[in-house]
Amino acid sequence: MSADVFRRPQPVLRGFAAEFYGFLRRRELRFQRCTGCGRWRHTPRVLCPACSSSEFEWARSSGRGRVFSWSVTHRPMHPAFLEVPYATVVIELDEGPRMLTWMRDVQPASLAIGMRAEVAFEDVSDEVTLAVFRPARGD
Amino acid sequence: MLSLRDLACIVGVGETGYCRAPGSGVSELELMLAASLAAIADAGLSPRDVDGVMAPIWGGSAEDFAANLGIENLRFAAQVNMGGASSVVSLQGAAMAVAHGVASHVLVPTGWNGYSGRRVRGDLTQLAAEMAKFESSMGSAIRDYYIPFGSCSPAQWYTLIARRHMHEFGTSPEALGAIAVACRKHAQLNGRAVMRGRPMSLEDYLASPWICEPYRLLDCCLETDGAAAVVVTSAVRAIRLDKHRPVYISGVAEGHPYPADDFLNRTDLLTIGLTDAAPRAYDMAGLGPEDADFAEIYDCFTFEALHQLEEAGFCRRGEGESFVRGGAIELGGRLPINTHGGLLSQAHVVGMNHVVEAVRQLRGEAGRAQVDGARVGIVTGWGDFGDGGLAVLRR
Repeated sequence: MSADVFRRPQPVLRGFAAEFYGFLRRRELRFQRCTGCGRWRHTPRVLCPACSSSEFEWARSSGRGRVFSWSVTHRPMHPAFLEVPYATVVIELDEGPRMLTWMRDVQPASLAIGMRAEVAFEDVSDEVTLAVFRPARGD
Repeated sequence: MLSLRDLACIVGVGETGYCRAPGSGVSELELMLAASLAAIADAGLSPRDVDGVMAPIWGGSAEDFAANLGIENLRFAAQVNMGGASSVVSLQGAAMAVAHGVASHVLVPTGWNGYSGRRVRGDLTQLAAEMAKFESSMGSAIRDYYIPFGSCSPAQWYTLIARRHMHEFGTSPEALGAIAVACRKHAQLNGRAVMRGRPMSLEDYLASPWICEPYRLLDCCLETDGAAAVVVTSAVRAIRLDKHRPVYISGVAEGHPYPADDFLNRTDLLTIGLTDAAPRAYDMAGLGPEDADFAEIYDCFTFEALHQLEEAGFCRRGEGESFVRGGAIELGGRLPINTHGGLLSQAHVVGMNHVVEAVRQLRGEAGRAQVDGARVGIVTGWGDFGDGGLAVLRR
């Protein structure tokens, strides 16, 4: 059993997740934004929890934000993720939404809350592209 | 306003033995039936006296319990889906049922083969297959937005909250270690504790390997097989049952963090279900954290115990470190916690072992871990991404 032969778990491309990941496939990071009150939201919801509107747009994010939290997995927890240690980070986008992701081009020991980050895109299968981040340039 | 204060009592408690390898060798339902029979007998009742069941989150339905226990007239069955908080929160449903005469005696069982069955650190392929089946709204957040990044277990999720606390308040590894050490110390006094006979120092804690930084191995609770159950009845009936001194449910409340599923997008990661539930339970009881002689705090991981001590009002947010260090949470200290060893060092029975221990303390039956003159005890529950429950129990 290794990461090579055990397929990495994929999001189920149905409903809102299909739309979210569909944009990532096109190298666009977009989140729901309520067209009634203008609030951004993530993870996707049917209604705006602030104003109950069902109207929204998939608004494009700047892809820039900062590290909000992180942890470093040392003991494998999943057969597709055996190469440890690896850091998972929470990025807070400048528009407000936070998402779990990976930071590329930085060692776990160098991570810090508040570190500026910008989005990058990684194809992990024929259908799925993940939004990952790396230290921001030019901030 | 109507209040549940002191209208219901816990009159029976039961447990199986707790074990790791090679496992219980029986089904989860069989374990829970054994604990249920023990709790019913402890109450001085027979199985047919039970007419209500708060079903556990897994392992058996209310119908399973009724069919096996010969309950021909089941009047009340409900289930609380709050993960590890379900045990404490189920006391609320049971208390409501008996206080209003919907049922006479409500059984609240919990148990699992947490070691030999659904292990977090067991067969990764089997675990991955189970994760793929997640279909709840929480499961959708996990499945579609967390697991693709290899974040698939409570240790990996909760450390993201712990990191925020460390960032905001400078909480140290030694603070988390103080909780692990207190639980292990108390486990040495408990015949059911899996970690009895394996004492541990703060140095041992600090030397234990990383699981998911900032959690070390000894920040993580045990995975065990076993079951525990309690029986709840009305205060009026409890007084007539003369086997034990009744233990009153003085206050009980549940709380849900917002949103419950995607915890990363909460305004504040430190505000959890307990933040809202604790004051309501105290108002109901007319008692507060300052009245507690001991507390059994849901300790799936060390930081979750520290976090709950703060959110339950034992100290202010950010003051958990000074509260737990220096032996204050050990027997003989200001507020002994997890007097049975907790999930960290007794067993992980989804928190019901905390309720059982609290009842034993209030009956004066806690043996070498007895808190002298214990009159009021507080039990908390934590589940999923911060679902919370709190019960104020008194004798």
